[in-house]
Parts: sequence; C-alpha cells; structure tokens
Amino acid sequence: MSRQTLFDKIWQSHEICQNDEGQSLLWVDRHLAHEGSFHAFNKLAERGLTVRHPELTLGIADHYVPTLSRSLTDVNEKTRNVIEQLISNTRAHGVPLIGMNDPRQGIVHVVGPELGLTQPGLVMVCGDSHTSTHGALGALAFGIGASEVAHVLATQTLWQNKPKQLRIRINGSLSPAVSAKDIALAWISRLGADGARGYAIEYAGSAIDDLSVEARLTLCNLSIEGGARCGMIAPDEKTIEYLRDRPMAPKGEDFEFASTWWRTLATDADASFDREVELDASDIAPQVTWGTSPEEAMPITGRVPNPDDEHSPDKARQHRDSLEYMGLKPDQLLTDIVINRIFIGSCTNARIEDLRAAAAVLKGRKSKVPGLISAGSTQVKAQAEAEGLDQIFIDAGLEWRESGCSMCVGMNGDQLKSGERCASSTNRNFKGRQGLGSRTHLMSPAMVAAAAVAGHLADVRPLLQEVSQS
Amino acid sequence: MTPFTQLTAPACPLVRSNVDTDQLIPARFMKEPRRVGYGQFLLYDLRHDDTGKPIGDFILNQPGADQSQIMVTRRNFGAGSSREAAVYALVDFGFRCVIAPSFGDIFSSNAVNNGLLPALVSEADADRLLNALETEPTHITVDLATQQIHFADQIIPFDINAVWKTKLLNGWDDIDLTEGYRSAIDSFLLTYQTRYPWTQGQPEGALGLIARDNR
Ligand code: SF4
Repeated sequence: MSRQTLFDKIWQSHEICQNDEGQSLLWVDRHLAHEGSFHAFNKLAERGLTVRHPELTLGIADHYVPTLSRSLTDVNEKTRNVIEQLISNTRAHGVPLIGMNDPRQGIVHVVGPELGLTQPGLVMVCGDSHTSTHGALGALAFGIGASEVAHVLATQTLWQNKPKQLRIRINGSLSPAVSAKDIALAWISRLGADGARGYAIEYAGSAIDDLSVEARLTLCNLSIEGGARCGMIAPDEKTIEYLRDRPMAPKGEDFEFASTWWRTLATDADASFDREVELDASDIAPQVTWGTSPEEAMPITGRVPNPDDEHSPDKARQHRDSLEYMGLKPDQLLTDIVINRIFIGSCTNARIEDLRAAAAVLKGRKSKVPGLISAGSTQVKAQAEAEGLDQIFIDAGLEWRESGCSMCVGMNGDQLKSGERCASSTNRNFKGRQGLGSRTHLMSPAMVAAAAVAGHLADVRPLLQEVSQS
Repeated sequence: MTPFTQLTAPACPLVRSNVDTDQLIPARFMKEPRRVGYGQFLLYDLRHDDTGKPIGDFILNQPGADQSQIMVTRRNFGAGSSREAAVYALVDFGFRCVIAPSFGDIFSSNAVNNGLLPALVSEADADRLLNALETEPTHITVDLATQQIHFADQIIPFDINAVWKTKLLNGWDDIDLTEGYRSAIDSFLLTYQTRYPWTQGQPEGALGLIARDNR
C-alpha cells in the first residue's frame, strides 16, 4: 500500500473495475451542472433515461446569468431560454439547484469550495474545464464534455484512462505581490499550453504549503491552461480548518472521521512521479500575457518577443499571428501597452482575497479606464460589501456587478468591443474569448488594479510600496 | 454511433497551432439547440470578417471545402474549454477525422464520443502532410485498424488510445457499455458506502437548504 501518490489513493478508492483495454470505471462523488448542461440532459431525454443519483448532482446558474440585475426580464430570449432549461431540467429530475436569485449563487468553482461541497478524497466532475480548481482541497476533480456529463447523470460513474503523473514543486517563498496566478503563468509559459497534457498534476513544495486555500484554488484552476485535466494539492491542516463548519461539509463526528481519512491522503514520501518539474518561487515575478495563449506570458518587466529571434518556424508563425491579433509590435515594452478596460472576475481570481488584493491597490486611487468587477459568488459579494471593498472600487470609477462568469466568457453579454484591450483576472486570453475581436491580457487581480491606475500594463510592486509608505 | 473503419475523403489543411475550442465555436453560438446544425458555426470568427462576410481565402470558404471530411492541423488542437459543441461543429460540418501532433485532452474524449477520430501524428509527419495538401487539394485515406494515413505515395502512422480505437471501430456508446457493469457498480457501492459514509449526499439539513432553492 505504500508508495502511492495522492492521485493514486483517490483513483484506487474510486475504481469500480477495469475493462479489457485497461480503462477504469470510476465512481463519481459529486457532479456540478451549469446552464451548458442542456446538451447532456437532452441526450438523456432522447434515450428516455433518468438521473441515477440526483442527490449527488448540484445545479448552479453562472455562465449566462446577467450581472447588471438579477431579473430574467433583463436578458434576451435566447439567454433566458438557456437559464430556464437549467431550471426545468433540474426540477424534472429532482436535482437540487442554486438558482440565480439564491444567496449562495456564484460560479460553480467558487461555490463548491465555499459551501464545503468540495472535499479531499472526492472524485468531482463538471461540464467545465476549470473543474480542476477543486483539486486545491485534495479532490480529484476534472472537466468533462456533454456526452460524459450524460453518462454521469445516467450512471454516476465515468470511464477514464489513468493519466501519467507530474509533480510541480515550487520551492522557497514568493516575493511580495507575487501570487498563485503568477506561479501558474510562470510554469505554463515554461512548459507550454500543452506541456502537461496527459498528466495529472500535484503541486508541492514550501511555496505551495504557504499558499492560502483560496490561492491554491487559483493555482489548481489554471492547471487546464497547461493542458492538464486536473491539478491537486495534498490536504493539510489548513484545508481541514477551511472546511470545518461549511454547510455541505460533514458535521460533528462525521467531520472528525472524514478528516482522519483526509490526513492519510498525502503522497507517500517514497512515491514516484512520471515527471518532476521544479521552480524556485523567488525567481517568479508578476506575470502578464502578451499573446493569445496562456503560454504567451512573461514577467511584466520584459518586452514583447520578436518572432525573428524564435528558431522554431512554427513558434515564430504562432508569435507573428498572436502579435497581429493583439495589435502589438515586437520588442515593445510590456509596460507601454495601453489598455481600454479592466475586468476582475471569474473562477480563477474573484474570491474575497482576490478582491482584497485589488482593493489594496485601488484604495484612494482612480482607474484611468472603465471596468467591471464581478465577485466569484453572491456570498463573496456580500462579504466584500461588508468590508467596504465595493466602495473602494466604485470610488475608483469601476462598476460593481452581480456574480457570474460575466466577461470571462461573455456568454451573458458582458463583452469587450472588437479591438478593445482588457487587463483581466481571468484564465483565457484566447482570440475572441471576451467578445469578437477582444484583446485579453491575463494577470493577477492586483496587477489588473495596477493597470487600471496606470492606464497601461504596469508592475504592481511600486504601487504597493507607495501604499505601505503612506 | 456510426463505426469508423476506413475513410477516403478530401483533406483540408488548417495551418495553425493552438486552435482552441473557443475558436472552433465562439461562445455566443452555444445557446442554440443542436438541431439548428452546428456546422455553420465552425471556426466562425476565422471564416468571417467583422461584418460577418465570409473571408474568401480562408480554407473552409474555398470551393470544395464543404466536401472535406478530414482536417489536418498543428499542435494543441481543441485545447481549452470542455465545450462538446466544438466537436458538434466539426461533425455537423462533415468532418470525421482530425489529424494533429497534439489535442486538448477533453476535446479528444468528446471527439471519440461523437465518432470523430483524433489521429495523433508526429510534428514532422504533420508538416509532410500539410505540405502535400498545400500544393493541391487531395484525397487521403485514414485506416483505423492499421493506424495508417495514406496520401500521394506515402504512408504515415498515427496514434490513438486503444480503448478509443475499439470504441470508434465498433461505434460503441459508453452508456450502453456501462449498463453491463451494473452489478459491479452495486457491489462496489456496498463497500464504498460503509467506508466513506459522509460522501453519500449532503449532510442533514444542507440538502434541505438547497432544495428550498430560489428557482
Ligand atoms: S468563470 Fe470563466 S472559466 Fe470559470 S467557469 Fe465561468 S466561464 Fe468557465
């Protein structure tokens, strides 16, 4: 039994059987469903199937919900239709739903941990690639497509090939103003957007031990941007204390019983990985992306790369294409890139600590550009308001919105105009992600706030020094 | 699902890397029901200019492109969002196979679940194939049993996970297969529920809280 990784232990405890080709049938503890689940529910309907374990699925409205109000009359018919399908599908199958007007509404990957639904040792799935987020609490959590969602609904199981395992160690400690987002962009820019494809990641090392649970959620969230389907961190005392007393976590004796098991889940000292990567935390500076893939990231102190310096012809072509789309010139200083808007939101970086970090920079300052702030959940929004953060944002000239996926994906209509350039706390700088022709620069919430104050991409560190000196 | 055995069809080169699923189908089209046909949305923003006019020299807008059933492209195809709609767009357009040096993980399983073959080739072979296609629109043959691609007078091998190969060759669907494992699931659950009782649904009260949801 020794020599097992965190991943092995969860996989083994959930493996029902294997088929002749060696694929495993896994038991699924928790399934989260958002509006996009309509394709999967339609598949069930086509085949006349029911939901096998409705109590193990939780519906949450996030992708299409409006952020200006909480009224379905304020959204166009097609959007309303998608939200209403989530309501009718969950109701028809007896699946619990956190609807748009519920005080616990928010982005699935923010709400799961916040309610204590996410727990160490669970297998969790959702029809959304950022399900990797939940691995931060030591769950094996990954995104799936609509056919797989239909399979989970019908059977509460899933066929999976066991991935290889990669450990990313971040040694040492992070410098001030460097965050989990910067760790993620740093490793993805080094390994590539498909660098971890086919691997389950475990993050380890002293810098990871030091991260708060919320920061770990950010880091695991971005695992998919490096191609890994899941990213995980062994549960420790911080994890256990985070979960204690959350509404959907086990209670009383059950909690003690569960946490005894959670403490055994950490990777054994002599377990081996298929691949190991190490980074020194002190080498990581605040990062920004300049291109149209999360791998096109670099420290804010750098310059836009010159494709002529690239020796791989494919890479050079990719860089040229990215520069053209982003409207940038080779070798220009990153801090010379002027922005039109900012967005702070998404399952990556819209938890309370993220909003505090942005507010610390914006306090008493004005944003030079318009922008939106959409808290990761309605509870986070309430918390931020209790702390007066909303007023800091509003005083800075920014819009304080309701919670949802909002401008991370623009499905609800919160979009950039073509050609607009946005400093964004989200996870994907893909072409058109924030609206047709949109130009996205990914960075941490504090770095977004710094860009807002400067009107161009900017290093947050000097701004924070000014704050501490004043 | 229709089994995939051997396919001879015109191939279409998409000479780009990192074609993510947001590009394969922009999010704004995903509100549509599948019955409208998702082929019209495939690579929409690459196919059309800002005013919605088709861009003439984009590969999918060229004469005969609508006949092609095989796409050849560069690394990291289908990365990003788990949206199966990206596969629906390819399949509804008429594609049955995509050849690339690497694919997004979730994209590949979505593809197989819709009878679309994600064929993995080396970077060098992708280049050879793309070069051959650049000179003239060509019929190529993809043979799943032998895992070979035949074009001009060349043969290149491709990789595919063994389970996926079996599924594609037989046109199998997972839900049907899993029904055969019902008793294995039940006996697994007996042990699992005793060992990890708190994993079975929400603690007392939490579900009530949720059930009183604000729809
Ligand atoms: S916030 Fe963005 S990445 Fe996260 S679940 Fe919503 S759309 Fe997906």
